[in-house]
Amino acid sequence: MLSVEKLHSAYGRIEVLHGVDLEVNSGEIVTVVGANGAGKTTLLKCLSGIQPVTGGRIDFRGEAITTVPAFKRLARGLSQSPEGRQIFTNLSVEENLRLGAFLFSDERVTADMDDAFAMFPILKQKRNQMAGGLSGGQQQMLAIARALMGRPHCLLLDEPSMGLAPLLVAQIFEVVESLKARDVTVLLVEQNAFGALKIADRGYVMETGRVTMSGTAADLIADPRIREAYLGI
Amino acid sequence: MDALMQFLLSGMTVGAVYALVALGFTIIYNASDVVNFAQGEFVMLGGMITVFAHAAGLPLPLAALIAIVLTALVGVALNKLAIEPARGAPVVSLIIITIGASIVIRGAAQLIFDKQLHRFPSFSGDEPIRLLGAAILPQSLWVVGGAFFIFIGLWVFFTKTLTGKAVLATANNRLAAQLVGINTGWVMTLSFSLSAAIGALAGVLVTPITLVAYDVGVGLALKGFAAAMLGGMGNPKGALVGGILLGLLEAMTAGYLSSQYKDAVAFIVILAVLFAMPQGIFGAKRTERV
Repeated sequence: MLSVEKLHSAYGRIEVLHGVDLEVNSGEIVTVVGANGAGKTTLLKCLSGIQPVTGGRIDFRGEAITTVPAFKRLARGLSQSPEGRQIFTNLSVEENLRLGAFLFSDERVTADMDDAFAMFPILKQKRNQMAGGLSGGQQQMLAIARALMGRPHCLLLDEPSMGLAPLLVAQIFEVVESLKARDVTVLLVEQNAFGALKIADRGYVMETGRVTMSGTAADLIADPRIREAYLGI
Repeated sequence: MDALMQFLLSGMTVGAVYALVALGFTIIYNASDVVNFAQGEFVMLGGMITVFAHAAGLPLPLAALIAIVLTALVGVALNKLAIEPARGAPVVSLIIITIGASIVIRGAAQLIFDKQLHRFPSFSGDEPIRLLGAAILPQSLWVVGGAFFIFIGLWVFFTKTLTGKAVLATANNRLAAQLVGINTGWVMTLSFSLSAAIGALAGVLVTPITLVAYDVGVGLALKGFAAAMLGGMGNPKGALVGGILLGLLEAMTAGYLSSQYKDAVAFIVILAVLFAMPQGIFGAKRTERV
């Protein structure tokens, strides 16, 4: 589904990704874990096209998308729920969701919105409120729901658990896990390594711009080095 | 009583002109948070191009259409040549760029056209219509009607259409707008061309009343800005109400105080609004949680 080959990226002259290789197969939940500053978010930004790539290639569903502009990637089925939620704060919850389906204007939009409301009932209650007034957890739900409105084949999720209360984190992870049943492939970037690995099929560990370890989620959870460095066990 | 009625009518006319300029501000502001001080130049171009196209022998409606299209292209050029290359610069820098652009456009207009005052015939003659003891020019009705028509159009655009929401979304969060598939570059092009076209239409409507010369844009931009601030920047309803209010204030001042103070009204309004209610009458109250 998604294949990344020797990806390099830089902010100005400072390179932050030094040749990342990564593979996501159709129907999988794959997670990228690692400490703050490891380059996880930069990797996702390269995939969605809002961060320039300085080397390597990205293939999505059999086509090279390395140079495809960000706004055209959703039409190909690649959707991102970005770091920091990035919802449209001056628009209502419903308008945010409608814009998530900006590319579409058929009947399925309404059905998808009902789906999103079923997934996150609190959004239905607040559908006419300004999104900027939602709590952090609600904004995160809105960001995920909006990303799903674009009918993605593959969803890129950046730190969905960041800054949320444990109960909400569990709820968000549950939703992510449920995406499998909807045929949405997921690439999940998380600092909460344990929570992410528990719902993932496979995982990658990133350190300072490189992938240092990869394997099935079960193997990674069992690995003593991972347990010590990221799981705090 | 007759005098009051007359002041009200002329205030409405002038106010509608300000409202049209303020409405022009709305779109670019909504798409980019930039107050485009070249908006007054769009009004001037609308009037000037119509004058010269009409003088060249074209029928008035065709001349006006050409003026509106050409001005829209100038708007697109302003975006492509001056605003887009500075993307990422602070909003204040972009606003200063628009001031620079307004000087360039004014200078070019002076060279391409001339420095004279011009007008073309009113659309429906110059015979004043008597109304409750006061007189109003038929062209005034065109201006008021035009302002109202543009207001309705913009209101529908921003609240009912997906494209209008995409414009609002682009201003609010350009990055997220791209992620939902909005071509933000195209949104900017659209905003500048629409704003410029509205400005040009204002120029076409008011020229028979106020006349046009290469330098009428400065005053109009400032008055329109005062009107937009009064009503609440970015809100079409605010632009309409702010414009009419400002026009009425001016007419009353000129009528009951002295016409010498007329032009000061706009600036007193700007100061008062900035001190007392920076969001204006209909401005969005910014409540955001992080």
